Amino acid sequence: MAPAQDLEVQQKRELEKKDESTIPARVFLPNTDIFETEDALTVVMEMPGVNREHADITVEDNVLSVAGRIDFSKYEKMRPVYTEYNVGHYWRSFNLSPNSFDEHKIGAEMKDGVLTLTLPKAERLKSRRIPLR
Amino acid sequence: MVLGFADPFDALFRVQRALDQRLDSDWLEDATGGVGAFPPVNVFRQGNDFAAVIEMPGVSKDDLGLEVRGNAIRISGKKTIDYGGNASVHRRERVAGSFDRTITLPVQLDADRVAAEYRNGVLILSLPRAESDKRRAIKIG
Repeated sequence: MAPAQDLEVQQKRELEKKDESTIPARVFLPNTDIFETEDALTVVMEMPGVNREHADITVEDNVLSVAGRIDFSKYEKMRPVYTEYNVGHYWRSFNLSPNSFDEHKIGAEMKDGVLTLTLPKAERLKSRRIPLR
Repeated sequence: MVLGFADPFDALFRVQRALDQRLDSDWLEDATGGVGAFPPVNVFRQGNDFAAVIEMPGVSKDDLGLEVRGNAIRISGKKTIDYGGNASVHRRERVAGSFDRTITLPVQLDADRVAAEYRNGVLILSLPRAESDKRRAIKIG
């Protein structure tokens, strides 16, 4: 583990999509760590303000997509006097190498605004003897 | 586009615009001392009182320290990231480290009534204004 250092603010990055969105609100990219162990790939995403009910994880055509919605209703009655960051929903997707993960066993855990996804590696297709008739 | 969807997103857009307009305003006094600018702070007014909303994803509640003194709030702690033993890292964007920041509000706070709530990586501080600091109407004799 890296020694304790003074933490710096990471500016939120906005999502840049190929297709323009029909809605004006900005969407942010969660800061993400991806690391691999022998059995699984782990994806860790920071989405402060998103609770577990509002995180949406899908795998389709080998694309892992994560959407996180924040509850901004509390902001509507508050008047900002000083701000250092903006708020918005989160979205990010990653291409997975085909057939290398067991899509049905993906584990998801949410804690302190951090989503941890565990993608277990698929059992390698075992070589199979072809019977002669 | 279904029209019914427009409203909630418009509302979020309004919130985002309102936050942008106050970006780094000089309302907070210069004395935001301590080390570094983590965690980022937004301050709101709610009637007579204030609220600070502070994002610190990945910081555990047990690693977070809060102190209030006069009109200054000190937020300190550390954020740790554990990749596990023999993991190979593909992408590393999150950062870990310690933080210690003091924000000083330009109003007197009622220290006994300052309340904190930490949920989903977001700290919300309720900062009630001290009774002595509240505005009073002056009767014209």
